[in-house]
Amino acid sequence: MEIASATYIEEKLKAPVPVESCRFHFPLLRRQVNGKPLVYFDNAATSQKPQVVIDAIMRYYHEENSNIHRGVHYLSTKATEAYEEARLKVQRFINARSIEEVIYVRGTTEAINLVATTYGRKNVSEGDEVLISAMEHHSNIVPWQMLCEERKATMHIIPMNDAGELLLDEYEQLLGERTKIVCLAHISNALGTINPIKRMIAAAHAKGIPVLIDGAQAMPHMRVDMQDLDCDFYAFSSHKMFGPTGVGVLYGKKELLNAMPPYQGGGDMIKSVTFEKTTYNDLPYKFEAGTPNIEGAIGLGAAIDYMKGMDLTAVAAYEHELLTYAAAKLLEIPGLRIIGTAKEKASVISFVLEGIHPHDIGTILDYEGIAIRTGHHCAQPVMQRFGVPATARASFAFYNTKEEVDVLVKAIYKVKEVLG
Amino acid sequence: MSLLRELYQEVILDHNKNPRNFRIMEDATKHVEGYNPLCGDHYTIYVKMEGDVISDVSFQGAGCAISKSSASVMTSLLKGKSRKEAEQMFNDFHNLVKGELNAEENLETLGKLAAFAGVSEFPARVKCASLAWHTLHAALHDDAQRVTTE
Repeated sequence: MEIASATYIEEKLKAPVPVESCRFHFPLLRRQVNGKPLVYFDNAATSQKPQVVIDAIMRYYHEENSNIHRGVHYLSTKATEAYEEARLKVQRFINARSIEEVIYVRGTTEAINLVATTYGRKNVSEGDEVLISAMEHHSNIVPWQMLCEERKATMHIIPMNDAGELLLDEYEQLLGERTKIVCLAHISNALGTINPIKRMIAAAHAKGIPVLIDGAQAMPHMRVDMQDLDCDFYAFSSHKMFGPTGVGVLYGKKELLNAMPPYQGGGDMIKSVTFEKTTYNDLPYKFEAGTPNIEGAIGLGAAIDYMKGMDLTAVAAYEHELLTYAAAKLLEIPGLRIIGTAKEKASVISFVLEGIHPHDIGTILDYEGIAIRTGHHCAQPVMQRFGVPATARASFAFYNTKEEVDVLVKAIYKVKEVLG
Repeated sequence: MSLLRELYQEVILDHNKNPRNFRIMEDATKHVEGYNPLCGDHYTIYVKMEGDVISDVSFQGAGCAISKSSASVMTSLLKGKSRKEAEQMFNDFHNLVKGELNAEENLETLGKLAAFAGVSEFPARVKCASLAWHTLHAALHDDAQRVTTE
């Protein structure tokens, strides 16, 4: 009955992401760089970590540190529980069918290498084809190149248009009888393009071809559902989704994982060992040799808890608003060109300034306390496709603000003033 | 702003916009490619030797303001210099950008190279400044066809 409360509800609906309180959760965002308040726009490289993640790691070392799956003692049981509980959180978060489909790895790169060396070596032979896209990160190119070289197979590339969108008709043409696997980025780290992977997975499956998705850039921005996507493998890193570095996940369909040989040999991945024969452990342990990154898994679990506390649809909407705002402001700057203008785009803006090299942009922005990435973003073929040696890249998370975008825009005018 | 101005001095801005000796040398005695894989800076340095003396030197390629102006200033200073003199300049330059040589105390020896003194305040940019010099060093030593600063 009070007007004030109605307005209050309306305000809540209008601002579903409580940016200010979110920022408060990330202690690093409060620091200064070069005497200026930090503007962190390098989220596609790694995200910042909320206090709950930092606390979870500290609590593990304060209270539970011990090796897992081995000891009968109290601490080992507690550490094992925490490590496995985090796996359960991952399984539920990505809607995998069971925890057997959730394999801990060091990160996206290791996840892809795991599939290339186990699934790849077993299933790709001379004359076969591996299909990847023109916008892949080096980590989804090089392992396949190495495999193809070893097996005398060939790598084919799904081309893209000038906006940075994959050409789907050409993609379907490239799915051939000898195609053994399709490897695709969910979201391009250099261009921000969100690929229509569900449709692309279905097209590959129609011809019986499995699909690996590099989800490193998608996880912090959207809810992914393994059963809905129906992908065969999905790889991602904890550190890009507000968790610690050094840990990541390979999701794989159980029947595929079961049929694959182990990745590395050692402790934990075995059931029994004699000098004559070793029996491998069940999933997921078959792929987890040696003492794993226990603190990392626990930290990832805490990051997932944090993300589950947010409305990820609202996050996506807010990030899109930031993207649209930033793109419009940046395009007002004379001589600025945005590389990657796909219709479906995540909050990543790669840009170049006429006559000014991205590294010089990066240095001057850093001087203003703004962290962006400059260079080829581990995607040299993308740079070649667009005829630029490098780009400057600003990538946003839900804790970034329009005011920060204004700081960036102002600083780019300064770049032009210094170097123009 | 002052630190930035020290990095992007007039000499650097001028050589970045109007690079000197920016051409392919068809009759070079030796040419070597220099490449910084992390940032993509990429230059070829051409040297023509007459006995022990660098009679001509030029460069081609692309990169940031610091790497390009460094290559340009380098070529403008090296013509007519002996190998030994070039080596000495390379050492001085290297020490300067690493902050181990005081520019003001060595203005006379450094000449135009002193413009790069500000680089030492920006550790991420030292490799940009020294790429052309490392490439020249390889050309004079007749070793590699391609050098990187990684």
